[in-house]
Parts: sequence; C-alpha cells; structure tokens
Amino acid sequence: MILKELTELNGVSGSEYNVMEFIKGHVEKYADSVTIDSMGNLIAFKKGITGKYKVMLSAHMDEVGLMVTGYQDGMLKFKNVGGIDERILLGKRVLIGDKRIPGFIAAKPVHLQEKEERSVNIKLKSMYIDIGADKREEAEELAPLGEYVAFYSEYTELGNDTIKAKALDDRVGCAMLMELIKERYNFDLYACFTVQEEVGLRGSEIAAYRIKPHVAIVMEGTTCSDVPGVDEHNHSTTLGGGAALTIMDRTSYGDKALVNFLYKLAEENNIKVQFKRTTTGGNDAGKIQLTGSGVKVASISVPCRYIHSPASIMSKKDYDACLELAKLALSRFNNDEILGGLIS
Amino acid sequence: MDYKKILKELVSIPAVSGFESMSAEIIKGHMEGKCDEVSIDSFFNVIGVKRGIGESPKKIIITAHYDEIGFLVKSIDDNGFLKLTGMGGVDPKLLLAQEVVIHGKRDIEGVIGAKPPHLLKPEETKKAVKLEDLSVDTGLDKDEVKNNISIGDTVTIKVPFLELQGSKVSSKTMDNRSGVAAVIGIMNMLSDIKLNNDIYFVATTQEEVGLRGAQVSSYAIDPDVAIVIDACHGDMPDCPKESVYPLGKGPAIGLGPNLHRKLTKKLFDVAKENDISYQIDIEPDNTGTEAWAIQVSRSGISTVLVSIPVRYMHTGTETLDITDIENTVRLIKEFLTALDGGMEVIL
Repeated sequence: MILKELTELNGVSGSEYNVMEFIKGHVEKYADSVTIDSMGNLIAFKKGITGKYKVMLSAHMDEVGLMVTGYQDGMLKFKNVGGIDERILLGKRVLIGDKRIPGFIAAKPVHLQEKEERSVNIKLKSMYIDIGADKREEAEELAPLGEYVAFYSEYTELGNDTIKAKALDDRVGCAMLMELIKERYNFDLYACFTVQEEVGLRGSEIAAYRIKPHVAIVMEGTTCSDVPGVDEHNHSTTLGGGAALTIMDRTSYGDKALVNFLYKLAEENNIKVQFKRTTTGGNDAGKIQLTGSGVKVASISVPCRYIHSPASIMSKKDYDACLELAKLALSRFNNDEILGGLIS
Repeated sequence: MDYKKILKELVSIPAVSGFESMSAEIIKGHMEGKCDEVSIDSFFNVIGVKRGIGESPKKIIITAHYDEIGFLVKSIDDNGFLKLTGMGGVDPKLLLAQEVVIHGKRDIEGVIGAKPPHLLKPEETKKAVKLEDLSVDTGLDKDEVKNNISIGDTVTIKVPFLELQGSKVSSKTMDNRSGVAAVIGIMNMLSDIKLNNDIYFVATTQEEVGLRGAQVSSYAIDPDVAIVIDACHGDMPDCPKESVYPLGKGPAIGLGPNLHRKLTKKLFDVAKENDISYQIDIEPDNTGTEAWAIQVSRSGISTVLVSIPVRYMHTGTETLDITDIENTVRLIKEFLTALDGGMEVIL
C-alpha cells in the first residue's frame, strides 16, 4: 500500500520536500501540468473535457514534529512544530534531519524522580533528545540548530483492517488524491498537495488563491476519540464508522448543500458515512473558503485515533469509504448541471 | 564477540518477571556449547556450569537477571480495549502512544492510548497520567481480542534497537540483558580455558519483584563467592552527578556493606593491574540488586557487584555504551583467573 511509503517519509511543516518529490514522481504521468509554488505546494492540474468549472482537491503533505533549538552537552533541546500533546513525547523515537540520525526523547528514570515529580507531567522545555553524542560540538555537527526532527514509526498493519503509523494526518489525504487524479473529468481538476497545514493552514491559502476554484474538497485525517474514558457524546468520530464529514470545526463550516449532497450520495450507495461530531480542530478548508470572494468547501476525513502521535491508528475500511465517496462525488460533478447547481 | 548482535537478540526476548518460562529455553540455547552443562530450575533460572579441574574446587556463581519489567492484562472491555497492571517499576508518563506486544495465544501488537488532550479538563492536563487511565488498542474486534487474549497475559513494550553515535545503543530491557550478554561473553571467553574452580553462570528470574530467582539459585548452588552483574544509572543531564555514572568509562564496582570488603578490593586491584576502565559505585545501604539476597544466603556468601551504566532505566530507551559490556567481561574474566590461584587469604 502506498500509505507505507508515504507515512515513513518525513515532512515536518516547512520541510515537506521529500514527500513532495515522492508524490510528484507518482502524479506526473497523470497530470497535464505540475506546479510547485514558492512555499512548496505541489499542484497537479488535469484539464477538464468541458472545463466549465474548477474543482480543487486538497490534502496536506506536512506532519507535526520537532525542531532543534539548542544543546545541553551532547543532548539536543527542541521545540514542537505544530500541535503536539507534550505528554506523549517521553521515550519516543525520532529521526533527525535528512540524514535520519536516530535518537529519542529522554526522560529521567522513575527511581531518580522526586516524589512530587512523579505525579506531574514533564514539560517539553525540560525534555531533551539523546542521539548518543558526548559533546556539544558533536551534537551541533550532526543536528545543527533549526534541524527538523520527525517521529520514527514503522507502518504496521494491525488486525481487522487497521493500520498503525505516524503522519496518517494527512498522508491518507495525499494517497487518495494520488488515486483521484488518475481519472479525467469534465471539470478542471486541481489536486493540491499542500504545505504547512499544521502551523496555520499556510500552504492551502496561497494554493487556493492561485486556482480560485468553484468548489474545494479537503481530504483529511481527523480526530477519533472513541476510546475508554471518553463519554460517547464526545466521540468525535468512530473508528470503522466510515467516511467522516465535517459540519463545522474551528476554522470553517462545510457548505451545507455540498455536505448534504455527499452524505446522501454515501447513503444511497451503501458507503459507510458519519458526521464528525465535535467541533475541535480545523483544516485547510478554513483558508480555502475565504479565498477571493469565497469558495464552497467540504471535508471528507479518515478517523485517526491518537492523531499527532507516532502511533496513530486508522481503519482501512474508513479509508476505502472516503476514497469511494470522493470518486463517486467527482463522477457526479462530471455532470455540469449537478455541479453548477451545487455551487450556485 | 559481537555484543551489539547478541544484545539485540537478548532484548527482543519477552520475559516479564514471573513469566520467564516462555523464554528460558532461548537463554539456555545461548549458553549451550559454552560450558559443561546447562539446566533450568523450578524458578526458570538458567544455570550453566563450567566444571573446574582443581582437586577441591571452590564454587563461584555469576548472576545476571533476565526478567524484565512489563505488564499483565487486567481486564478486557466490551469494545476490546485492554487495561493493564504493572509488573515492576514502570513510569506511566512514558506510555502514551507507546507500542506494545501482548503475548496472548499469539503475539498481538497494540498501542497505548488515553483520553485525547482536547477533552481533558485543565486540572487533568497537569497531573501525570496513571496506569488505570490508559488502555491498549489492538485494532482487533472484541471477539478476536477475547479469542486470543486472556486476563493475566503478559505485555511488553515494542521498541526498535537503535544504534546511536559512537558505541552507544538504545532499546528496552538493557536492564539487565546487558548483564546477561556479559555472562555469555565471559562463558565464551572461558570456553577454551581450564580453571580450578567450578563456575556457575546463572541467568536469574524475578529480580524486579524481589530478587527471588537469585535467592533460590544461590541456596541451591551454595557457592563460596558470588559475582552479581546488574545495571546502574548512566549519566543524564537532569540527574545529580553523584547518583549517575558516565557511559563508556567502564563498569562500576560496588562498594559498601552489601559487598565483601576484601573481595571487592581484589576486584579493584584486578582492574588496575589489567588496565581496565572502571568506576566506583558507592552503595551505603541496600544495593537494590541480587547481591542483597545472595549475601545472606545460607550462612553467608562473599559477594561483589559489577554494574553496567544504563541511562533512562526502566524505559523503552535504556541506553548504554557497548564498551562497558566489553570491559565488564574482561574485568570478570581476569578476576576469575586471579581467584583461580586460591582465595583463602581473601575470604
């Protein structure tokens, strides 16, 4: 599965080029043109048969990670790039820079913690990365200031169609866009693989401005909190519950007609579908909707448990449901009247 | 001997304290061919014996525990999520998003999860997470979980073996598979050498829950001298210098009431005479190692302690310098050779 290759590549926000090159190698043969803009967004364009409308698909290439900010002898000090729950960092493996130097986020052992230390969380500013360097000079050489640090996690298939990997948010979206661009449609298709989503939806903002689409669909990995300790009304999505459609989140409202169209389409075709039931988080739709005089947006998302961690879990069935729903929606959009009706 | 290779093999063996039976045969396999006989006792201690050629050989045991901290499955909920109970000193703060292996009917991988951060109340975000707040997610449906996993199955963390800069390596269970690697290294080094004394190489069990394997095996063997190999805290930036030992500066030789005074002095002398790097591990009280149990076995056993510095003890990122294992092997090999000429004066 292409998700293995995609998730094992590192592309912390601002350093997406390895992911971009990989995707470029795969989409070039299907696209009529491929543009890489000033921030590193990859825009694959496929001319439509009638070309009456412009449809933008968006998936972000970047992932949350860390950046080297200093040294403590041979240890590296760091800050987070993108939103990370500090509590998950201790003891996790990382790879530093393009040389992929191995290390891990270190913690004082429990025997040497004072009693009061044991019951409180260790702050990120007190943590450090151990790469085995003894001296500061050695550490500086191997991991210079500003070097990007990514989680290290092998793509693993667990039982019953589930996958464990890092960066499922949003390499799942990238994988789906790579599939969707294989078709030729009536409308002009812009498959946008964006940068810097995790630090403020930066890449999609300029990509959408360049395209000025009539409609945009964001393909995402979203939160899934159906785990013990969480009341059912707080389950944002359910693993295995199908494609997740966003009504609203912190950055946008899904266009009501478009979201309803997608929901109905799924139901009519026996594709499992669910609404995302909490309003936390946000995605590229937030910036795309505000482009020019406004763009109609919708998000189709794969639920990911333990998102923004090195060990996220998703269901292959949910992925398949998202891809199938997106394919079906695009085939309906081939009818200029349907698409025209949705965006009028 | 390639200690990186053997250590990589050893740390991959699951042996949660009290559940070593699943791996005793593997440890036995590592000892076979390197001594005269190998056996497994009722506590699953693995004992390799090298018979001496002396007229009245003394008995020396060398112990290193092979059990590890870990977890047991405590409950399985209606959605197939597992709750865990800890075996040995585990820090729950390290467990969020940690990968684990459940040793059920077959090995099943899972991820430890908890309530996500945006659903925590402000006061909850400050408090360290407790083991009871955590659940293992296997990605399996509940029926498959229940068919393959039972309450009481052991769970170990799943981490890669990392080769870091220089000669440092990092993984789980360096405490005390590094000691087991040293034991195997010593056996290997002595396999072509005849000694007067009987040497008992013991990979022990249940150390993490109360030094139990060492207690019964030292009683059974009734040795004259015991050498315990364990891990001590390696140097870390946020820990006081006096309680940690730098990596790569050699094994730490224990000094204190738990350890035989003259025999310990001999160990220091051997290190100096052979130009082997070592450090001094001051232990004013209980060493927290098997030396504590062995010293008072039967009518008392003269015991010494050699420790390999390990950073981040009891985590999945235990880190050591391979040269410290090499120096431990050299030190103990030379020590055994020195004791072979007679130890009446010392004891």
